[in-house]
Amino acid sequence: MADLYPIRLTVNGESHQCHVSPRTTLAEFLREVLGLKGTHLGCEHGVCGACTVELNGRTVRGCLTLAVQADGAQVQTIEGLSRRGVIQDLQDAFVQHNALQCGFCTSGMLVTAKELVEQRPDASRAEVREWISGNYCRCTGYHAIVDAIVEVLAQRKARAVLPMEEI
Amino acid sequence: MKRDIVDLEPAKEQTTPLAPVTEDPRYIGKSVPRGGIERLTQGLGQYIDDLELPRMAHAVYWRSPVAHARIVKVDAGRARGMPGVLLVADGHDVAKLCKPWVAVLGHLAGMKSAPQYALAMDRACWQGEPVVAVVAETRAQAEDALAHLEVELEELPAVIDIETALDAATPLIHPALGDNLCFTRSLDVGGVDEAFARADVVAETTFEFGRHTGVTLEPRCQIAHWSPAERRLTVHHSQQAPHMMQDLYARQFSLPASAVRVICKDVGGSFGIKVHAYPDDFATVAMSMMLGRPVKFVADRLESFTSDIHARHHRVKARIAAMTSGEILGFEIDDLTGIGPYSVFPRTSAIEGNQVVNLVGGPYKHKAYRARLNVVFQNKTPTCQYRAVGHPIACAVTEGLVDLAAQKLGMDALEIRRRNVIPDDAYPATGASGIKLEVLSHEACLERLREFMNYEALRAEQAALRQQGVYRGIGIAALIELTNPSAAFYGVGGARIASQDGATARLDPEGHVTVLVSVGEQGQGAEGVYAQVAADAVGVDIGQVRIVTGDTDVTPYGGGTWASRGAGIGGEAVLLACQALRENIVAVAAVILKRGREGLAVRRGNVVDTTGGEVVLPLHELGRIAYFRSDTLPADFTPELAVTRHYAQRDYPFIFTNGVQASYVEVDPDTGFVRLLKHWAVEDCGRVLNPMLVDEQMRGAIVQGIGGAMYEECLYDERGLMLNGSLVDYLVPMAHEMPDIAVTHVQTPTASSRLGAKGAGEAGTAGAPAAVMNAINDALAPFDAHVHSQPITPQKVLRALGKVD
Repeated sequence: MADLYPIRLTVNGESHQCHVSPRTTLAEFLREVLGLKGTHLGCEHGVCGACTVELNGRTVRGCLTLAVQADGAQVQTIEGLSRRGVIQDLQDAFVQHNALQCGFCTSGMLVTAKELVEQRPDASRAEVREWISGNYCRCTGYHAIVDAIVEVLAQRKARAVLPMEEI
Repeated sequence: MKRDIVDLEPAKEQTTPLAPVTEDPRYIGKSVPRGGIERLTQGLGQYIDDLELPRMAHAVYWRSPVAHARIVKVDAGRARGMPGVLLVADGHDVAKLCKPWVAVLGHLAGMKSAPQYALAMDRACWQGEPVVAVVAETRAQAEDALAHLEVELEELPAVIDIETALDAATPLIHPALGDNLCFTRSLDVGGVDEAFARADVVAETTFEFGRHTGVTLEPRCQIAHWSPAERRLTVHHSQQAPHMMQDLYARQFSLPASAVRVICKDVGGSFGIKVHAYPDDFATVAMSMMLGRPVKFVADRLESFTSDIHARHHRVKARIAAMTSGEILGFEIDDLTGIGPYSVFPRTSAIEGNQVVNLVGGPYKHKAYRARLNVVFQNKTPTCQYRAVGHPIACAVTEGLVDLAAQKLGMDALEIRRRNVIPDDAYPATGASGIKLEVLSHEACLERLREFMNYEALRAEQAALRQQGVYRGIGIAALIELTNPSAAFYGVGGARIASQDGATARLDPEGHVTVLVSVGEQGQGAEGVYAQVAADAVGVDIGQVRIVTGDTDVTPYGGGTWASRGAGIGGEAVLLACQALRENIVAVAAVILKRGREGLAVRRGNVVDTTGGEVVLPLHELGRIAYFRSDTLPADFTPELAVTRHYAQRDYPFIFTNGVQASYVEVDPDTGFVRLLKHWAVEDCGRVLNPMLVDEQMRGAIVQGIGGAMYEECLYDERGLMLNGSLVDYLVPMAHEMPDIAVTHVQTPTASSRLGAKGAGEAGTAGAPAAVMNAINDALAPFDAHVHSQPITPQKVLRALGKVD
């Protein structure tokens, strides 16, 4: 058994100090050490996107990132984003459009969608499709997911524009 | 150059008004979002791998690395000494607990297969077959130990090519069977030779369909927990048919079924992949029995690719006979399919081919039909039923031939279909293959499609763009889909797979309704639809309905999810139970109110007087009295506020649905790349219980169909080794390459149930490959080129164009 390495990181606003094996992935660490089961493992080789989490504000594959690489980092998972309410509009839109069926891809899809709506507020429908192409969904055929994200983009834009018009 | 996609959908949705099923309809037929899925958007689902039980151990499997081999020796000494290892077991160890099985069905005459064990005994027959189990305290420890297992193999000649599987020179996979033939069927309804002799045109070609698989995003997984003290087995399973698995575990381990509990809660995708009994399912149970501890198994992605069932590898030689008028006289097919070394337990691997024979020509009124089917064994991953079982093949063969005939006749693709579909007023009808069709709406669906996709404008755009060197194609596919099966599917063949389902509806003291249903939820929205039906049938708000599924200790007995039966069979059971509960509620109210039942009804959470509609007894008050103040009720009266009802569809072998799809594509003749521009679906699943959920079933299923038509294939080398067992190499559809999919509905309810709902889960997959293939061939028509081999890769397009070898 390889040596354990100490890491210190903040996950969903809570700081943790742990010792992990060098081969432990961030996704395994979140799931098995912290019990955050919302980060799912679909392929464990970086393709399906079900394990997508935020590391220092950018999305990463939880299965391709080692826990030791997250030393000193800020990590946000679906559980933390949900509790903070920052993706409530995306979550509501996913439910309203039935943009999830089995739900296994949904955590990763929402983390990716959050990055999109924050970084590409003017994204077109085609750009939404391209942005989420790193997240596989086997149930929906993607159409409803795209509808939900496009709707949130429009809602956020309307909210952002409104105060300006009032001025 | 105009490159926009014509996008002119009719502004108004033309819904056929149907008589309501219940007195005060509020939810049935409405796009009600599924209740309870908020937790899945918050990462708070509980999939199998999320569950941790005390003292839970982890199983991994050493799988055959070759297609066919004799197992000479298993040396587990070093593996057993690895940290955390609890148990290493081989086929002989497991066979002491678990009996082998032979997966055949009595109604598939002459079908044969060989005994299969949970772990390979002396011989491994495909790459990926489980051979040795290693159980450790953690999955990582078990995987570490796996590397130290020493298995000596003697490689045997493998049967790979289906075309030569039956040749005398080909070795036999199971010598005791006498040949490599699992099942063969010939069907000749007569008149075929005459039809082809008098036809004005005959078109023929060979269709190929690539072996592919379901790729559920959550791999197959289970936790088996044998309690030595209770002598009871509990299996938490990512599965579609809990009672079927309860029965199989009981029989293979020689237990009474009452000693087995199967729990199926959140399932991360199923599509038929999770409706079969896999060897490692039984092996994991055996590990738990040997250890007396819970044992978890979660397949990794490579294991999924080589041990989940595959499907759809067919080679179909086919021809069609038609007259100048467009009249189709007949079809003839010769289907060859390879299913791996064993027929899969318990549904068998002959059903898919059998369905192709039954379904070719399904929408049409021709009389002549001849079909031949050979289902052969080979040393590849076993194949079995995957979403739309046989339909994508039958539909692509039929619709590909219809387009070839239309092309020869110079007839429009919609027009030739309009002239040949069985007319809407001709039902009930019998198709040429002998299938019984209760009531379908091909004519209405074709007409709806014409308006829905703005067909004439699209054709005009296609023609204009072709002048500019842009090659777009429009493909049409009419289809029928088998749903709501009776016992004719499996039960009559001896498989203990229930065609009936049950629901228990209970009024709880606070006036809410709990419904226990034997069909579960894998994401398709069954629980949501049941809540809609229950709320309307009892007369309460949908927020006051709770649906419980997926536990053999809790729900009535039933078949579960397969063959598009959840809404039509499970929904009907819910309706019957809830309508009976409503009657019982009225009876209790009459006693409490000391009046007759006449003029009383349940509406929106209250018992009301129907004359004026005024509330005479809220359900929470009725519940309070019934449950807590029985002393106030007459001595000879007992409230019955829990009711169980069952439903089996027994009027027809199957209730067929129909629909028509269209695909619009652009082919680049220089690169062979195909861009999917748009897809349309007109579907008729009878009464639509929830339009949004039906749309989403259609869309998801269409994209799975497109996957098989365009991208997905399990590629093997000549030794029978899978070449692309990862998500890097096996292509599944991604968001940016998929088109928007427009869906609309025609409603022709079945009279076999009160609800009138037919199935909706598979028709998308049935029709999409044919529509896309026909669209590509329409785009290639100026080059007189055709592609009938799926997946239709750029290479195959270029080959058809004569640009590559």
